Amino acid sequence: MTKAQLDAAFLTVSEAGEKAFVPYIMAGDGGLESLNERIRFLADSGATAIELGLPFSDPVADGPTIQAAGIRALEAGTTVQAVLDEVAKEKASRNVPLVIMTYLNPVFAYGVEAFASACAAAGISGLILPDLPLEEEGLVVEALQKHEIALIRLVALTSTPDRIRALAERAEGFLYAVTVAGTTGERATFVDQLGTHLQELKEISKAPVLAGFGVSTPEHVKELSQYCDGVVVGSKIVDALHQGDRQQVAELIRSRKQA
Amino acid sequence: MATYPTETGHYGSFGGRFVPETLMPAILELEKAFIESKEDPAFQEEMRYYLKQYVGRETPLYYAERLTAILGGPKIYLKREDLNHTGAHKINNTIGQALLTQRMGKKKVVAETGAGQHGVATATVSALLGLECIIFMGKEDVRRQALNVYRMELLGAQVVSVDQGNGTLKDAVNEAMRYWTANVEDTHYIFGTAAGPHPFPQIVRDFQRIIGDETRKQIIEAEGKLPEAIVACVGGGSNAIGMFYPFVDDRDVKMYGVEAGGMGLPTGKHAASLTEGKAGILHGSLSYLLQNDDGQVQEAHSISAGLDYPGVGPEHSYLKDAGRVTYDAVTDEEALEAVRLLSRTEGIIPALESAHAVAYCKKLAPVMDKEDVLVVCLSGRGDKDVNTIREAHETGGNLHD
Repeated sequence: MTKAQLDAAFLTVSEAGEKAFVPYIMAGDGGLESLNERIRFLADSGATAIELGLPFSDPVADGPTIQAAGIRALEAGTTVQAVLDEVAKEKASRNVPLVIMTYLNPVFAYGVEAFASACAAAGISGLILPDLPLEEEGLVVEALQKHEIALIRLVALTSTPDRIRALAERAEGFLYAVTVAGTTGERATFVDQLGTHLQELKEISKAPVLAGFGVSTPEHVKELSQYCDGVVVGSKIVDALHQGDRQQVAELIRSRKQA
Repeated sequence: MATYPTETGHYGSFGGRFVPETLMPAILELEKAFIESKEDPAFQEEMRYYLKQYVGRETPLYYAERLTAILGGPKIYLKREDLNHTGAHKINNTIGQALLTQRMGKKKVVAETGAGQHGVATATVSALLGLECIIFMGKEDVRRQALNVYRMELLGAQVVSVDQGNGTLKDAVNEAMRYWTANVEDTHYIFGTAAGPHPFPQIVRDFQRIIGDETRKQIIEAEGKLPEAIVACVGGGSNAIGMFYPFVDDRDVKMYGVEAGGMGLPTGKHAASLTEGKAGILHGSLSYLLQNDDGQVQEAHSISAGLDYPGVGPEHSYLKDAGRVTYDAVTDEEALEAVRLLSRTEGIIPALESAHAVAYCKKLAPVMDKEDVLVVCLSGRGDKDVNTIREAHETGGNLHD
C-alpha cells in the first residue's frame, strides 16, 4: 500500500484514456472522526488519489482558505499522531491512495524516520513538503525510500531549465506543477505560457505531471488536463466541504471524465 | 576568522534554505549578487559612502562611567548603535540590501517588521534609492507602534496590517514571504534579521559585522586590549551576530546573548528560543525554535516587539551548541528597570530590546573584576518605546494582555 499503489492508480486512469483528479482536504477540519468518511466520499466520487493536509502553524505556501482550514484543525486539537492513527484504521479496506501534504517542521519534530515508518504503517503512499527544495532533500530521502513513500516534488513557474530537468528526473509518485507564482487559492485565470510549460514537463518527467494551485472550476480542470496528466484541487474542495456542499465537490471531480 | 556558513548555507546542522521552489531561483540569484558585490570595489565604496555620510558611522564606543560606578564591577562601554540614522542598527543591513536590490535590477522591496525599526529602516533606504516599498506588520504591532506606522507612511511606504495568528512579527514574516512568492520576479525581500533561508543569515551578519569590527578597533584604542566580555540582546539576532562575529576566534573574549524572558521562563510566556526551544524549521532555516511536541510553532511573548519572535538565526544556534556564546534571558521587568537605570545614570534612553543587554550587565558585574572591560551593544534608542515604558511603569511592570 505504498508508492506502488499510487503508481498503479495513475496507470489505471491513463489506460482508461482519462485524466487524474487529486482533491486536497485538511485533516481534522470538520472533525477527525469524519476524516475516513470524507476519504470514502472522495474515492466514491472518482478521486484518483487524495492529498491529506496535516495542519501547520505557519503555512507560508498556502493562501487564506487553506490557512483558515489549518487553524480550524489545530483549534480542534489535531495532531500528527491522531491523523495517522485515524487513517490507519481503514488501511485494509481503502481503495484510494493517500498522499500527505504538510510542512517540514511537524515531520522533523515527529522524527523523519519515525514519520516515514508510521506513514507506511498507516498506508500512506507519498509525501509533499512545499518548504523542502531539492537542495535540502537529503534530510528525508533515505527514510522515505526505505519505507517506500514517494517524495512528490513541486516544480514552479519560476524554476530555471536546469532545476526543471533535475526535478523531472527525480520525479516519483507525480510531479506537482505549480500553476501560479504565489500561494494556494482560487484564481480566475492562468498565465498564457502555462500550457506549453506543462507539455514540456510531461515530455521529460519520469512520473505523471499534475497541475495544481488555483485550480477551482470544471473549466480549469478541462483546460489544464489537456496539457498534462491531471490536476490537484485544494482550496475549492476545502471550501466546499466546509460549506457542506458535497454536490459541488462531486461535480468538480466528475469533470475529469470530460477532460 | 570563522568560515561559516558552508557553501550550502549550513552552520553545523543548522541553517539551510527551506523555501518553496517558487522562491529558490530568487534565493540563488541573491546569493550570486551578494558574492559578486563582495568582490566589487565600486559596490564596497558605495556602501562606505552611505554608511559614513548617510547613516553617520562610525558610531561611538562610549565609556559609561556612572553606570560602571553604580554597578561596581568592570568598566562598561556602550557601542552606540542608537546613534545611527533611524535610531538603531537595522539600517546597516537595509542600506546594503537596498543596494543589492538595485544590483539585481529590481525596483520593489518587501519587508516584515515587528517594533517597526526594520520597517522604518527599509522605508528610509527605499526613499533614498527610489524603490517601491511594502511593509507587513502584525496588527497587534500596528496598534502598539502606531507612531512607527505613520513614520513609514511618511517615508512613502505602504504598510499592510496582518490579521493572521496573533498579529505579531512571526505572522508578518509569513505574509511577507507569501507576498514575495507572488511577486518574486520584480521584488526583493529585505529580510531584517540574521535568520531566514540562506543567504539571508550570512548577508545580514556581513552587513552588521561593522558593529563588531568598529568595536574591536575602538576598544583597543581606548584600553589597549580586547574586552573580557561582550553582551548583546538576541531576538532574531542581527545586532548580536554583527557584534560577536569579529570576536568569535578570540577565545578569551566571553560573549553573552540575552533573550527576552518575558514574564519569566517558568510561565512559558517568553521569547527565549535558544534558552528554552528545540531545533526546528521556521521561515526557511533550521534553528532553535519555540514549538510544541507536535512541531507547531508557539507564540513568543515580550514587552519588546523587536524580540517578540519564536525563532532565532541559525548561526546563534551553532554558537550555542559549540559553547562559544552563552545565551540567557532577562524578564520584561528586568528590562524595564534597566531602561530606568541607563536613562538616569547616563542620560541615554535605550530601546526595550537593548535594555535586555543592559539588564544583563547587572548580573555580570558582580562576577567580573574591576580591571575587566565589558562591552554592551546598545542596538537602538528608546524613543519608540516611551509610551510602552510609561504604561508599564504606571501599571507596575506588566504589559501583557
